[in-house]
Amino acid sequence: MHSAITVRQLTKKYEEGATGTLALRGIDLDAHAGEVLMLMGPSGSGKTTLLSIMGCILTATSGSVRVAGREVVGLREKDLPALRLQHIGFVFQGFNLFPTLTAGENVELMLDLKGASASAAKRRAQELLDQVGLAGKYQSFPADLSGGQKQRVAIARALAGDPGIILADEPTAALDSHTGHNVMEMMTELAHKRGRAVVIVTHDSRVLSFADRVVKIEDGAIAAPESGQVPAGLLSPNVSQAAVGLV
Amino acid sequence: MPPLAQRNLFHDKVRLTVTLTGIVFSVVLIVVQLGLFFGFTTATSGLIDHSGADLWITSKNVPYVEQGVAFSERKLNQVRAVPGVADAQKIIAHWTQWKRHDGGEESVQIVGINADSPLERPWNLVQGRVEDLKSPDAIILDELYKQKLGVTRVGEVFEIGGHRARVMGFTHGIRSFTTSPYVFTSFKNAQNYTRLREDQTYFILVKVAQGADKAQVRRELLAHVTDVEVFTTGEFSHMTTFYWMFTTGAGVAVLIAAVLGLVVGFVVVAQTIYATTMDHIREYGTLKAMGAPNSYVYKVIMKQAAISAVIGYTLGMVVSVFVVRASQEGGAAILMPPSMAVAMFFVTLLMCVGAALVSINKVTRLDPAMVFKG
Repeated sequence: MHSAITVRQLTKKYEEGATGTLALRGIDLDAHAGEVLMLMGPSGSGKTTLLSIMGCILTATSGSVRVAGREVVGLREKDLPALRLQHIGFVFQGFNLFPTLTAGENVELMLDLKGASASAAKRRAQELLDQVGLAGKYQSFPADLSGGQKQRVAIARALAGDPGIILADEPTAALDSHTGHNVMEMMTELAHKRGRAVVIVTHDSRVLSFADRVVKIEDGAIAAPESGQVPAGLLSPNVSQAAVGLV
Repeated sequence: MPPLAQRNLFHDKVRLTVTLTGIVFSVVLIVVQLGLFFGFTTATSGLIDHSGADLWITSKNVPYVEQGVAFSERKLNQVRAVPGVADAQKIIAHWTQWKRHDGGEESVQIVGINADSPLERPWNLVQGRVEDLKSPDAIILDELYKQKLGVTRVGEVFEIGGHRARVMGFTHGIRSFTTSPYVFTSFKNAQNYTRLREDQTYFILVKVAQGADKAQVRRELLAHVTDVEVFTTGEFSHMTTFYWMFTTGAGVAVLIAAVLGLVVGFVVVAQTIYATTMDHIREYGTLKAMGAPNSYVYKVIMKQAAISAVIGYTLGMVVSVFVVRASQEGGAAILMPPSMAVAMFFVTLLMCVGAALVSINKVTRLDPAMVFKG
């Protein structure tokens, strides 16, 4: 499998006054194209920090992070937005839609960032909304959409930049189980049918069955399985014992 | 670009109203104060600017037109003898007392002229003719001051400086900066009204011959006419304006008020745009997380500032036009030349864009990782 994101010996330290906090300790991880990788762990374990660094939003303290073959550790901060725009689509827990823009305009915004003309952006935005099952919701404002519909708009927006990597932070946290299931089906399709690398940070054990691989993060490091066995409750039909917690 | 700026701006109508109110207040205050300033400067130097003369001859150390010092009118012949002088006329401009029919008195500025000369004639006549000043005791004054002086119609007779005066006509828009209206009359009458000796004058106005070098004529006058100062009309106008506007502090006061208007507008717009930015800070964080460069975010904020500026300026100008028009019938005219209206647009735009910089600073420092916080 082609590795979309490669992480080696990644550490992240937050400097706070005289002391610092080591949020990530020597992480080694690959995210592959065509795969759904889930990062799980308790609050404060560092999984969102890891996702942020993989998404070129936060910078690492040391180690190596290669995104679409390009080393990002050591890049200047002003070079990171272009990298995100080109390779990464984000899906957020709170949807993060722009409330004063319609569903269609929310998707157009990403296309505008990519330099599409107004007419091309409109056309493509409509196509993407069709693909996520929201054909008739172009002119609807986020306030008029359900949670599931908002998340689907967010997915359409994330896809608008045609990124090879989708990073999702708790995408089902604000949704009921049925809606969350639908959203996860969509995320899985992005990986299996469209070849994206999909990395999902989640607390939600209901969605584990959608994972191809699950990585548990504890205290800033990948938790090694005890005695080579997968910790109870983490296995999904798609996940092999050897794949859990390992590169 | 999707209409993010416009939608965010119009989304909160209360805040938009506050923003626009601040801009309108600022625009109107600046226009009124600057308009007063221009009105004042026009009033202070109107008599000089409309004189038709190229040069003004005064006694030494005369700082402004209202502070003339009498000198011998025989110098007029000396002036006329200088090469390059096409015309020279004695002029009186001096204060005296006007007696109303009810017995009250008002201070007026007598302007004594030669009605046959084109120099220093009253302008904008709406009733009567300049030639009527050749009649005995004839005076012409501005209709703005009718009520102040107790005048109701042409033909009325009053007392000025103990001498008879008959109203022969009215002008429109000739304002005096001081509270004393201009009263135009013949040179002879003016001498009586101001108790000036027959052999004296306060000023001599000079028209330079066509093709003659004004600076050269000025040098010749200074060389041939003793104990006088010779100013160009522009110089004397500027001196008079400067005295009234800055030496007395009147002009400084209105300019300070204008600057205050700018500051108030800046503060209000900065505060409301900042508040709007903070309301939408997660959206800006999302934009940055999506990969938008800072310049894209700046464009959104600047667009909001520019839209506010355009709407606020338009509303402010509508109010200002009403205020300017209403002032025309009062003692202190507010002037708004087209150039000032155009300049105000750019001042308003600059004010709003400058105010938005406070918000720009905030979003520049915005950490896109904040989008991951719940």
